[in-house]
Amino acid sequence: MMVDQPRYKTSEEVDFVIIGSGAAGGILAKELSTNGFRIVVLEQGPYLTEADFSHSEMEIFAQDKLTNHPKLQPNTFRKTPEEKAKQQRALVYGRCVGGTSVHFTANFWRFHEIDFIERSKIGPIAGTGFADWPITYAHLEPYYTKVEWEIGVSGLAGASPFDPPRSKPYPMPPLPVKSSGVLFERGARKLGWHPYPAPMAILSQARPGRSACINCGFCLGFGCEVGAKSSSLVTAIRVAEKTGRCEIRPNSYVHRIETDANGCAVGATYFDEKRNAHLQKAKAVVVCANGAETPRLLLLSANKQFPNGLANSSGIVGKYLMFNTYAAVMGVYEHPLNEYKGYAVSRVLHDFYELDPQKMGFYGGGGLDARIDFTPIGFGMGGLPPGTPRWGKDYKAALAHDFTRTMEVSTHGTSLPLENNSFSLDPELKDAWGLPALRMTYKDHPDDLKFTNWLLERAHEVHEAAGAQKKWSFPAQEQQFGVHLLGTCRMGNDPKTSVINADHRTHDVKNLFLCDGSSLVTSGRGQPTMTIEALAFRAADRITALAKRGEIGA
Amino acid sequence: MNESVSRRKFLSQGISGLSAVWVSTHLPALVAAAGHAHRAANSATPPKFEFFTPDEAAEIDAMTARIIPTNETPGAREAGVVYFIDRGLATFAADNQKTYREGLPELQARVGEMFPGAAKFSSLTAEQQDAVLHSFDENTAAGQGPYRARPSAQDFFGTLRQQTIAGFLIDPDYGGNHDGVGWKVIGREREHMFQPPFGYYDKNYPGWQPVGKEADKK
Repeated sequence: MMVDQPRYKTSEEVDFVIIGSGAAGGILAKELSTNGFRIVVLEQGPYLTEADFSHSEMEIFAQDKLTNHPKLQPNTFRKTPEEKAKQQRALVYGRCVGGTSVHFTANFWRFHEIDFIERSKIGPIAGTGFADWPITYAHLEPYYTKVEWEIGVSGLAGASPFDPPRSKPYPMPPLPVKSSGVLFERGARKLGWHPYPAPMAILSQARPGRSACINCGFCLGFGCEVGAKSSSLVTAIRVAEKTGRCEIRPNSYVHRIETDANGCAVGATYFDEKRNAHLQKAKAVVVCANGAETPRLLLLSANKQFPNGLANSSGIVGKYLMFNTYAAVMGVYEHPLNEYKGYAVSRVLHDFYELDPQKMGFYGGGGLDARIDFTPIGFGMGGLPPGTPRWGKDYKAALAHDFTRTMEVSTHGTSLPLENNSFSLDPELKDAWGLPALRMTYKDHPDDLKFTNWLLERAHEVHEAAGAQKKWSFPAQEQQFGVHLLGTCRMGNDPKTSVINADHRTHDVKNLFLCDGSSLVTSGRGQPTMTIEALAFRAADRITALAKRGEIGA
Repeated sequence: MNESVSRRKFLSQGISGLSAVWVSTHLPALVAAAGHAHRAANSATPPKFEFFTPDEAAEIDAMTARIIPTNETPGAREAGVVYFIDRGLATFAADNQKTYREGLPELQARVGEMFPGAAKFSSLTAEQQDAVLHSFDENTAAGQGPYRARPSAQDFFGTLRQQTIAGFLIDPDYGGNHDGVGWKVIGREREHMFQPPFGYYDKNYPGWQPVGKEADKK
């Protein structure tokens, strides 16, 4: 932890309290503190650094060292509002300083123009909340570029003919290709498609205080021990701390945003590590707690004046949850690929980003990539083809042969926004602090599944063209588990159908801003973090402008 | 619950992003058996067991040795898996203690039932041991047959199987996988950093070249 951070008193009214230190919160902390504001960042998780990160699969996947813990923070799930929700782990998010950006895969696709205006282009989709954004790709383009240069994104500009326009090339070349990427490229090109080096928020060249990627292989799910993964932890937050105006306060679990008689936010109440409650006062509040915890916090903050929850006059806080869709075809090849070396994804293609629903018979768009998602134990548990013995000498022989020879071609795609798909407060289950637990309701739109199964066939074709000796997959079915938590406090111009405006300001509370996955209006094609970070940079500019005009008190 | 089901569930449910790893390893039974067992397995003097009695440890050791047997290459026994499990049960994986407390007597009973006169699992022949384990394994015909396992026995075997795999394949720095033998078996080099070329197919890769539509665009 940095020593030169200020220590604000809770009674001292700072300019902004930012709730959450992840992809969006870290960037807002950096931008707003750089712009001269006094900031307290309240992060529910611990402050871990590179020295705390390990390659222990037990710590990561069994003990949830970096993520929300199912015992402390249980949740419930149901498919439809008619069902009673059952306790079942349904979401994972980063719970440490840097949030989900600490453990993510770091796929950094920009959204394309179509993602912002698709509703206008193809018309409404019955039974959904499919809508245009109040901003366009052109509004965000400078901020996408800013993300790439400020945090460090590796890639090759102009390599994909489907890429949207960009004002600058990537700041550094792509990471080295993996065997999966070569096979993917070979197969996809045979099919006439356009694979290209995956844009990744992982350094291919060192930056001050950060190593280039050393290809250790413990990437997805793990914190980077050398600072190569461009998390908020090793990028924006370090800059924020250097301003001397930003305090990162870990182990601070915010459970209520307080408002005054005028309906303005006055600060946030949180539990410290010893579960004592404090109110941090602030002139304005920015919530970046992720697509699950942001709506939950608004709902938990209900009071007499805001009986349905804060900023919820529309009644849609928590609704229109989108996960993106994902499926994979596993393939085994003749020679070792050694996918366990290096980062996850080296090649991707976007030939199916934008499809005509009239021709397809369903809505949807997405991308394919080549990867392996398995650590050694994960592979031992679930990486072998169906029908392989589960133990004994044949199991061992299959492990010995396949571990180095397996790769996946993964599909990533759109989820339609449906009002029923949501986070709400469970009426019975409580977390370890006695607060109502998250209840998730989710059932994919039939088109999301149809599209995913269609894209899965394309993934099979890539393996076939690349010469896989064996391949298998399972058809896409309704999802009951999400890590992309999108759309639950959507942006829009109409206060009846959205929670925040294009400045990320809530329609109902003028000094309350929301920025994270919850802000998204559409899901994009599968990789949301780049857009969340671009939004955060843009939101910081908007909020700064409002503050300087004296419109929010800060 | 077994992992192939879990894997199938994961794939079919289309979990976005994080995915496979998370679900396939994040199973209730897969204990947080972490990071200490390697001390036991690495130490020169035979370590003391913390949870198992020596007799119980011999039984567990024999079971793990059928799950990942020793043949021309090392198996669970050489990887010190029994120490990994013992240490886990004594510490982080205390939640699984009941599974073992109930499972071990059930194992004893099953051995006597299937092979009258035999006292211990560890004294059976390899073929007999496999027959006992199959009778516990819900996924096999034997598991559905006259010796159909009770749920607690299935849970015992399923838990033991997961913990054996974990103890065999975990990074040796964090417990189990003594001397990295598990990684040697699967072909994973024990380094903390790697350089390209990584595998067979990226050797001699000429570098990314635009073709077709990309080239046309220029």
